[in-house]
Amino acid sequence: MGGFLAALWDIFSSPTMYGSAVRLGGFLAFAALGELVAEKAGTINISVEGSLLAGAFTGTVAFDMTNSTVLGLLAGIAGGLIVALIQANMSHRLTADQFVVGLTANVLVLGLAGFLNGILDPMARRAAVIEIPLLSDIPLIGPALFGQTWPTYLLYPLIPLTWWLLYRTRWGLEVRAVGENPQAADVSGIDVNKRRRQAICYGGVLAGIGGAFLVLGQVGTFDTGAVGGRGFIAIAAVYFGGWRLGGVLLGSFLFGLADAFRLALPVLGYQLNAQLLAALPYVLTLVVMYAITKQFRQPAALSRPFIRGLR
Amino acid sequence: MTSRTRSLPSLSARNRSGMEMAVLYVLSLGGAVLISGALVALTGNSWLRVFGALMDGAFLAPGRWGETLVVAAPMLLVALGMVIGVKAGFFNIGQEGQLLMGAMAMAWVGTRLSGPGPVLLIGGLALAVVAGGGWAGVAAVMRFRRGVPEVISTLLLVFVALQVSGFAVTTDWLLRDLDQNRPSRAVASAALPDNIHLPVIRIFGNEFNIGIILALLLAGLVAFGLVRTVWGFRLRMLGHNPNVAQKVGVASTRTGAAALCLSGGLAGLAGAVMLAGGSSGFRVTSGFAQNFGWQGLLVALLARSRPLAAIPMAILFAALRTGSGFLAATGVDRKIVDVVQALLVLALLIPPAIQFIRQRRRALAQAGEE
Repeated sequence: MGGFLAALWDIFSSPTMYGSAVRLGGFLAFAALGELVAEKAGTINISVEGSLLAGAFTGTVAFDMTNSTVLGLLAGIAGGLIVALIQANMSHRLTADQFVVGLTANVLVLGLAGFLNGILDPMARRAAVIEIPLLSDIPLIGPALFGQTWPTYLLYPLIPLTWWLLYRTRWGLEVRAVGENPQAADVSGIDVNKRRRQAICYGGVLAGIGGAFLVLGQVGTFDTGAVGGRGFIAIAAVYFGGWRLGGVLLGSFLFGLADAFRLALPVLGYQLNAQLLAALPYVLTLVVMYAITKQFRQPAALSRPFIRGLR
Repeated sequence: MTSRTRSLPSLSARNRSGMEMAVLYVLSLGGAVLISGALVALTGNSWLRVFGALMDGAFLAPGRWGETLVVAAPMLLVALGMVIGVKAGFFNIGQEGQLLMGAMAMAWVGTRLSGPGPVLLIGGLALAVVAGGGWAGVAAVMRFRRGVPEVISTLLLVFVALQVSGFAVTTDWLLRDLDQNRPSRAVASAALPDNIHLPVIRIFGNEFNIGIILALLLAGLVAFGLVRTVWGFRLRMLGHNPNVAQKVGVASTRTGAAALCLSGGLAGLAGAVMLAGGSSGFRVTSGFAQNFGWQGLLVALLARSRPLAAIPMAILFAALRTGSGFLAATGVDRKIVDVVQALLVLALLIPPAIQFIRQRRRALAQAGEE
């Protein structure tokens, strides 16, 4: 037991652990930030998984063609946005069920990515690590937060940007209004479904960046199983965070930490069962959701479609 | 009475809207087929050859339609579970995991218990229902005790189930093959003994197990149960309007939880039917589910949650799946079939949605005139 505790200490005091937690959690945070906006507007956007994968794939293809990480990230945005546009227009213009659309979109992206990957077989490479002077010298968290590949740093401005959009602009006020009380918002002249579509698209853009970041800033190769359900963990992170920006970020990094912990254990020579550890983030998410869901107030109209004149 | 006659559209108007629907369906399905065709063309293949290969693989080549029926059975079972959930207003999308739990239960009964074959077979199927239902039951508990949406919990449980299966087949006291001599024992359970396989029917050189018959019977039962029994009525009421259901005394928690568990139970049964029907050589592996859960889910969506309509849709999806096995000869990746399936579902979502919006607009315009 003492040996095990010592190993735990080893893991939790090693900077590499936190570096990998930031990478894994950062990936989740891209998706979760966007998902937060979509949910604030009243949509549980499960196509975030598809947006991530689409962003990863289009990002890889663009990188393969142009050899430019910037263009790869832009293409990732486009990929994520396309999936979001399908989701938004099907569920908030045509009023098809948002879960049905999201799920089908995920299957579609998975199939397309697999099919096209076989044809194009794009190659990717990890972007360069850039250490930010001074900041990266802070012990423990310095290298983890400021010694990463440069696409990681895109996340940092997106956090205040999302906060500003949601809480300091008219648009954000309207987004929150259509998520809380669509009828009232409608009466006061807000196009409810338009705001919801826009919120989903914002989520798609962020998930697209996240997907491209996964390939170009983290793994370095594309694989159809690369996202592998982590979009759903991002949704869970939004629940975990109680629909508050800080909480959502905390959730993302906690789940990232759990994932990093799983990866760090065997490296340090401690064999715990790999399968059970791989299930850990999902189990943790479920437990957390069970424990806290009712304590925070979710957007009142979450997952309820708005059709004028009905209820 | 006058208001009643006014709210009914005239006969010609109904014909017109019927025509509209037909045109919309043709357009959107045509669009889906066109996109699929374009993707095939992208690989430099003729879509006619691809279509021919799909037909050969699904029906025409010797022994293939029997194979298609074998594949259709678990898909139909999963779809029926989905239908029950949707009718009660719950969106259980964790069938992939529930199916895996069912298959593991069947494997455990088949390889670790001893007894007469038929008893073990039926016992295994029953335990599979319990296992799948229990896995969905976790989501039901979370939903009804703490308000955690079942959409998310069932999804997350899929990934837990995947890891649990990986753990089970590598653990001696669970499902790991105890035969030391088999080289691949690290990744798969022992095979089910011969006397626990589902009985096989042979017609015209085609072989299929009785899984499809079981699934068809259950489809009839679900269709009957939803429409003609008090329980089905309560369930549908809960799905239509939970507030009304509550007011007329439907025990929403009990009915809803039962619907969710039943929905998972049918997915579990699907897993057991796959295993006892010879999938993966009668062995559970961690990749055992092979997307059957997701595809069964799409079948239910395609059937618009009608149990009997799920039958042809399950056969269609099964045909695409078995047909895809013959695609290798044409040089087109079989993953094209996944794309076609998703496009079909998306295409079929569009016409009813458009019609719904038009009706709303007409109703609002009418309300404005009066």
